[in-house]
Amino acid sequence: MKAAPRAPFHSQGKDPVALLGVSVTGFATALILVILAVILGSVVLQGLPAFSWRFVSTVPKKDFFDIESAAVLPMIVGTTIRVLVMTVFVMPIGVITAVYLTEYARAGSPYTRIVRAAINNLAGVPSIVFGLFGLGFFINFIGKNLDEFMGAEGPNFGQPAVIWASLTLAVMTLPVVIVATEEALKAIAPGLREASLALGATKLQTILRIVLPNALPGILTGGILAISRAAGEVAPILFTGAAYFMADLPKRLTDQFMDLGYHTYVLATQSPNIEKTTPILYATVLVLLLLTFSLNAVAIIVRARMRQALRAGH
Amino acid sequence: MNFLKPFAAMAAACWLGATAHAGAITVKGSDTLVVLAQKWAEVYMGNNPQTKIQVTGGGTGTGFAALQNKTTDICNASRKIKAKETENCIKAFGKRPTEYKVAMDGLSIYVNAENPLKAISVEELEGIFTGKIKNWQDIGGPDAPITVYSRENSSGTYEFFKEHVLQGKDFGAGAQTLQGTAQVLQAVAKDKFGIGYGGAAYGQGAKHLMVAKTKGGEAIEPNEENVISGKYPISRYLYCYVNPALDKDETAAYLKWIRGEEGQKLVQDVGYYPLPTQFRAN
Amino acid sequence: MGLKRGHKARPVERVAEILIFTVSLSTIALILLIFIFVGREAFPVLLGKTNSALIQPVIPAANLDQLRPEEVREYLGLTAQQFKEMDRETLMALMESREEASNDIPESFRNDPDAKANTTQFRYLIRPHQWTGYDRPEYIWQPVGTIHKYNLMPLIVGSLKVTLIGLLFAVPVSLGAAIYVSQLASPRVREWVKPGIELLAGIPSVVMGVFALLLLASLLQRIFGYQFRLNAFVAGIALGLTAVPLIFSIAEDALTSVPRSYTQAALALGASQWQASWQVVLPAALPGVFAAAVLGFGRCIGETMVVLIASGNASTMSWSVFDSTRSLTATIAAEMAEAVAGGHHYRVLFLLGTMLFAVTFVTNFVGELIIHRLKGRMEGRG
Repeated sequence: MKAAPRAPFHSQGKDPVALLGVSVTGFATALILVILAVILGSVVLQGLPAFSWRFVSTVPKKDFFDIESAAVLPMIVGTTIRVLVMTVFVMPIGVITAVYLTEYARAGSPYTRIVRAAINNLAGVPSIVFGLFGLGFFINFIGKNLDEFMGAEGPNFGQPAVIWASLTLAVMTLPVVIVATEEALKAIAPGLREASLALGATKLQTILRIVLPNALPGILTGGILAISRAAGEVAPILFTGAAYFMADLPKRLTDQFMDLGYHTYVLATQSPNIEKTTPILYATVLVLLLLTFSLNAVAIIVRARMRQALRAGH
Repeated sequence: MNFLKPFAAMAAACWLGATAHAGAITVKGSDTLVVLAQKWAEVYMGNNPQTKIQVTGGGTGTGFAALQNKTTDICNASRKIKAKETENCIKAFGKRPTEYKVAMDGLSIYVNAENPLKAISVEELEGIFTGKIKNWQDIGGPDAPITVYSRENSSGTYEFFKEHVLQGKDFGAGAQTLQGTAQVLQAVAKDKFGIGYGGAAYGQGAKHLMVAKTKGGEAIEPNEENVISGKYPISRYLYCYVNPALDKDETAAYLKWIRGEEGQKLVQDVGYYPLPTQFRAN
Repeated sequence: MGLKRGHKARPVERVAEILIFTVSLSTIALILLIFIFVGREAFPVLLGKTNSALIQPVIPAANLDQLRPEEVREYLGLTAQQFKEMDRETLMALMESREEASNDIPESFRNDPDAKANTTQFRYLIRPHQWTGYDRPEYIWQPVGTIHKYNLMPLIVGSLKVTLIGLLFAVPVSLGAAIYVSQLASPRVREWVKPGIELLAGIPSVVMGVFALLLLASLLQRIFGYQFRLNAFVAGIALGLTAVPLIFSIAEDALTSVPRSYTQAALALGASQWQASWQVVLPAALPGVFAAAVLGFGRCIGETMVVLIASGNASTMSWSVFDSTRSLTATIAAEMAEAVAGGHHYRVLFLLGTMLFAVTFVTNFVGELIIHRLKGRMEGRG
């Protein structure tokens, strides 16, 4: 990386300012990559000793700070459930919004601009504020009222639960899905739509039978990116569903759950003996990274394939 | 409309959530107590397979909120209930919650192993933690500034220390906020001039000071005997609170077992001290 | 036949379009809902309807029968519905618990003027106050205790301090990398760097916090030799790392969107590749770089887990880089679980959330506006 890049016209070696500039910017690039390598390297090296099949496939017996019995199956299950439930909510809403923006809305109309501003803003809201929103809206408003409406004995919905954490995350990842879907929809050749319309299909038929099927890989990418973003988030679920410890796996959507990211936080800050639990912490981080990175990798591959196919198609 | 199917499934699941609830004891509250509560639950369920017990942490405040909301049968607390919380409970179910002492905990004062100091008084502690005493020299130690390590303000330990050692005064602005007892220990173990506080049962790597009630008084060592007898000045009870209407059948049996011989034996395994005999159930 | 089918389907088309439009309203609705429901919980503080004073007026429980029902209801803070359902015994128990609470106040606070202060008033939230036992007016955030001290300034300073450190680290590094990758690097290097940065973006913030806690803190302490392992500096650097991918991608976007003709013209005039990028491309893309910094600011100030784990969390009113620091976000995350729902602590925490939301709303708006303008300009000229 240190080697100066080839310059088409001038030899940069002769100009000290240019040399400095190139090396400084090159150094900045290298710094980012080195830090990344250090993070990943340390997680892999220090996480592997405590990482085992038992670690990911069993429920922690007794004490999750104890290296003999530490295990993360309930956290993996909890994280998986919360992102899957999230997907059920975020995908339809995100995709339909994107369909409206690309297929129906007039580009540049005031309404479109407001929607876009809202999407951008939603993407920039701090994750902890989503947590507060989940608590204030889903639990204290929707949940409590639902309980009252159903006349339940004691609260059932008006407390932290999988469903509320998932809904909170769905709100948070909505922009991700919309943007990815829009990108996929825009990438479809206009000729396809026109051909469909010319054959007498209605707009809705065109969207359902031509546009959406063709955009499917891109839409899936959006979903996967949303999942990978949500899987690692801790702040939004702190008050909406994550549990410090639960003896059983969650069985209902109104149960709380243990979570990989939150568990990482617990291990990092609440451990009774830091030296002894550091390997468990690293192993948990390793599992979390494996989960988010494999999802990201799938998304990147699907997207690359899609772009290739499109290029070939044009 | 394929995507409607998951919604239908979801509605069904929610409905199930609304109906299936009976037959289990739920325990919620203090993170300090969660490991102990979990241990109690496991051993008890081993002996009484018909009883199902579910334990969640989240903090003492969370436990009381759940008690008011009737989302939990038992609330674990690392401090006494506050007047406001009692009031909310009365509003919710018409009665004060029943209080049970379930274990004892002594708070130790940790200093670095190299610190020559052996004993300290509660007054001096107040001075150090409020930031009035800034140098070890002022209390007979070496001439070096004191680094103060404290806990996050959501912990019951923080609150207890503030109320009973600082007499309600504020922690000094220089006090470092750490998130767990282990972090305090680690910091003190590495910092020659550090001081911190935490559970007496913890404590590899740091020295536990003897504590005197008043300056010049008898300094007491934080060991099991002194904590249980109440001689050691900084000790507290850990509690379970329960809605009196629910304090029957399985829940009552479980609470009795906790406070009985078998339950109290487990307390030591987790690092707290058993109750003095007068508070036990037989 | 196709035509006929299309004709028949028209009402369905219309309904579908309306449905799709309705769903597209969701994003706007959500922004409004967030604002309403986070703000709603904080509203009583803004209106001065909360009272956190330690000493509250007490009516002896024995006087219950002498009071009018309406007075009792108001004194106990009950809703009409609650009051109707309560029997005398319950009311008595409530009155007694009020009395007990007032008896429980430690002797030393009985005559403390601060004990009568409603600390959720604005002057206590914003301005320094000379509390009993202090030598001078100070900004103090100690919400848990006998007297609840809710001064927001230490948290605001803490958030700003950490964010600025993060930006001072992240902006130069990301900008440098963006210039290198977009202007100077060979395609092969570019192919390596971009996925690397995407990978960095995929690291959850809690993991970045753990990295800061275990490795970065020790490393920086060894280099700079400061006293406290966890402080604003460590948290700031880690925070900067989480913002690098965002700042990098926006800056890189801005740099590559500068028309190729600019560079070509400069090169033709005899400029070196470096000179072309530094003196021609960068100035043209400067608004985009600025937007990247603004959006990076929003990202940093809203980040929670990194700061919660790595900043030391002491609420001090200090601008020193190596002091422990408590941020707005970390405060919400650490304290919400223990706050009684509907209580003053709970509402003050929602007030912090509302402030954060307002700040990020504005920064996002400004950032997007700049990018929008820049794009328009580039497209207009290119």
